[in-house]
Amino acid sequence: MNVATPQGEASLGARIVDDGIEPGAELLKVENVSLSFGGVKAIQDISFDVKKGEIRAIIGPNGAGKTSMLNVINGFYHPQEGTITFRGNVRTKMRPYMAASQGISRTFQNVALFTGMSTLDNIMAGRQLKMHKNFFWQMWRYGPAFNEEVEHRLEVEKIIDFLEIQSIRKTPVGQLPYGLQKRVELGRALAAEPSLLLLDEPMAGMNLEEKEDMSRFIIDVNQQFGTTIALIEHDMGVVMDLADRVVVLDYGKKIADGFPAEVQASQEVIDAYLGVPH
Amino acid sequence: MFYREAGQFKTSYKADQAVFPILQDRLAIAAFLAIAFIVIPYFGNDFFINSMMIPFLIFSLAAIGLNILTGYTGQISLGTGAFMGVGAYACYKMTSIFPDVNIIILIIGSGFFSAIVGMIFGLPSLRIKGFYLVVTTLAAQFFLEWCFITIGWLYNYNDSGAIEVPQREMFGIIITGASASPVTRYLVVLSIVVVMTWVASNIIRGRIGRAWMMIRDMDIAAELMGVRPLQAKISAFAVSSFYAGVAGAMMVFLWLGAAEVESFDVNHSFLILFMVVLGGLGSLLGSFMGAAFITLLPIILGAIPGILGVDINAATLEHVKFMIIGALIIFFLIMEPHGLARLWAIGKQKLRVWPFPY
Amino acid sequence: MDLLYNIFVDPFVQMAGTPDFFLQVLWEGFVTGTLYSLIALGFVLIFKASGVFNFAQGIMVVFAALSLVGFHALGVPAYLALFLALAVMAALAWTVERVILRKLVNQPEIILFMATIGLSYFLIGLGEFIFGGEPKPMITEELGLPTGSTVVDVAGGIVILQHIDIAAALIAAVLVLGLAIFFSKTRIGRALRAVADDHQAALSVGISLNQIWAIVWFAAGIVALATGIMWGARSDVSFALQIVALKALPVLILGGFTSVPGAIIGGLIIGFGEKIFEVYWGGLLGGGVEGWFAYVLALIFLLFRPQGLFGEKIIERV
Repeated sequence: MNVATPQGEASLGARIVDDGIEPGAELLKVENVSLSFGGVKAIQDISFDVKKGEIRAIIGPNGAGKTSMLNVINGFYHPQEGTITFRGNVRTKMRPYMAASQGISRTFQNVALFTGMSTLDNIMAGRQLKMHKNFFWQMWRYGPAFNEEVEHRLEVEKIIDFLEIQSIRKTPVGQLPYGLQKRVELGRALAAEPSLLLLDEPMAGMNLEEKEDMSRFIIDVNQQFGTTIALIEHDMGVVMDLADRVVVLDYGKKIADGFPAEVQASQEVIDAYLGVPH
Repeated sequence: MFYREAGQFKTSYKADQAVFPILQDRLAIAAFLAIAFIVIPYFGNDFFINSMMIPFLIFSLAAIGLNILTGYTGQISLGTGAFMGVGAYACYKMTSIFPDVNIIILIIGSGFFSAIVGMIFGLPSLRIKGFYLVVTTLAAQFFLEWCFITIGWLYNYNDSGAIEVPQREMFGIIITGASASPVTRYLVVLSIVVVMTWVASNIIRGRIGRAWMMIRDMDIAAELMGVRPLQAKISAFAVSSFYAGVAGAMMVFLWLGAAEVESFDVNHSFLILFMVVLGGLGSLLGSFMGAAFITLLPIILGAIPGILGVDINAATLEHVKFMIIGALIIFFLIMEPHGLARLWAIGKQKLRVWPFPY
Repeated sequence: MDLLYNIFVDPFVQMAGTPDFFLQVLWEGFVTGTLYSLIALGFVLIFKASGVFNFAQGIMVVFAALSLVGFHALGVPAYLALFLALAVMAALAWTVERVILRKLVNQPEIILFMATIGLSYFLIGLGEFIFGGEPKPMITEELGLPTGSTVVDVAGGIVILQHIDIAAALIAAVLVLGLAIFFSKTRIGRALRAVADDHQAALSVGISLNQIWAIVWFAAGIVALATGIMWGARSDVSFALQIVALKALPVLILGGFTSVPGAIIGGLIIGFGEKIFEVYWGGLLGGGVEGWFAYVLALIFLLFRPQGLFGEKIIERV
């Protein structure tokens, strides 16, 4: 699959995320994590890492535990065993808003946009953590609170430019077609200026043209701002073209971890996808 | 052809994010305020002002309060009546203890007591969601009602258990009590409601309002975006109860002149919920429209037999009113579940392209 | 010190000291609990099958009882009046399904809930219009229900058991058993459970929603009639009864919204709890605590088990 060259470089400005980690060093480390729901073991003893500045793909057949893994990284599910180390901080239990405040941002498998709000409001929602003007100023709006809104509006407009969604800014997102909704969701995740961006099947349900657009955006985000990306994806072509490294899950266990070419050639991986019982 | 935005371009984000970006809307609001502040007091008769406009405004404020909690934050509540009561009794006690403090300050102040009670009963919302939350708000409703009866200190131990409003003045004009004129009371209520509506609008458009709506739409995604559920939900309960409390204090001090526990019972909680749902969840305009519908419709219905010259026994009229209101509620819910505000928005949309059909 | 004694020791001393009184209190609690269960049962039926929390259940109880008494007052013999009242409930069920439910398929639950509140208002107005607002006595004897009471000697004192209460408990048991069997063993029962889960999916496998809903509302109508008769026999039929229906909410919280046995157990817990708390601890608080005790109990319960006693644990997926 051909991915077009990046475009729109200047619009977002220099926003390389400063999170104290050197490019190429370990940003996220998952160690011996196990997660079960009642009797169901969703994740069994998985370990892998994500290096700063790379695009890491997480792949595997349906039900392998990929989304659960992202949920664990987000702090939404708490693993029974194992630890997650992010930006040098080790933690076992964490509330989701703490993950967000440390710089993890996310899109969802089933688009989780705020359906009652417009595109603009949804992306502004991504800036929530950066807005601080307290209740008193919020009551009067005109003044410090409004100025803060306008500042953030500027940043959000840059993202809207980047993602080429100017025409739908005021449209309630519930009315948008699926492909655009996914793009808005990406914008919302970007608005938070994350260190680590988790993408859960960003290309699901898209046609070839939309996939090319989305891939272009993903590469731009990674190359221009140095945002580290972990993505779950089923389209092998996309994975092989975009990813720097790949980790493969099957039935909650890790069965391969390495560069795309090695993983593609691994017999275990081929068996897992072909459904060979093992 | 009249309601056009053509030619009204915004050149700054500030202008784009104004509350009423369209000129015609701004003119309409100015006209409404002019009518409310000038025309009505001058031309309206006492009945109209006392029995229609004042309760309409008071319940609008309560409806705004509930809308903040249910419409914007998605937490269903049936405790509004009791929170209004907290405001009313708080105001009563404060005016007994501080008879020299300006009554308007006390009315606003009583909102804080409501807010605190609201926050306490809002704590369960962190664990309990959706429909189950209704039960906890009912617990608040019935428990507070019991408090109003049992805690004699609240009504200064008088025998009847009712509270009566003492006369209070401001700038030499009598504002509360039996001698206060309807026009005076109306203007005070109107001013408070206008200011508080403006404040509510500001909060909703800002970061806090956005957090509330995020919780309502998808609370998990909201948390993953950094919204702290505790702060968002508790702040919603606090602000909502504040508004209900002020409405309750105004209801007693600037409208009824006296009150008993029945004024804050569960039926009122239901009525205010109707106002919010009928008017439109998540719409300030809807709160006003819903309040107008529920407060004014029974009066209009009651006046119709007289106008038509038909004689109907009073009890029968009450029953028929119930039936009509119930039927209309069902009718509107079927026709437009998003409420009168949505019907209004659709109307405006048609007006935009008028005289073309689309 | 005194206060601690009054809260933690004295009530139990009283219970042990006058065991016959204690048993009487327990019996009263049992009876009230049974009646709460019956009301809750009506809610459960409708919720189980249509996912709608039918706020109008309370007024349906009153309406059913009023129809019964009304027909009898017109000179209709008791058993025929019973039949006619059932017919009225059936007609009501059919009308509600056609006029309201059909138009609100798949709307969010708050809209449906509000619609049933609107229905409740309408029925209150209609009921008062047709039957008048004063309380009416229930035609207990004419229905063949036992009156009078039995005095039982126990533990050095006496306990008085009203026959009507015993009858109420038996009838409730029969109803519950019948419904439980109906739901789990019959074809229609299965269809009901499917509809409760997902309207659109049920439609897609050919289940007629309209039929199912009409059946369910009729079943709820039967339960409402039974409840109305029982309640009316103890204290006349009046519109105040529909506020009592709100009490069903804590019962449903404890027992779960979709569980028939849950409604029974929940009702009994609330019934016992309320009575015992009011009699032995109520004095400390100034009395009248029955108004809120059930709700506070439900609230505390929810804090520990947000899905209720019999509800399914909600696992949220993103």
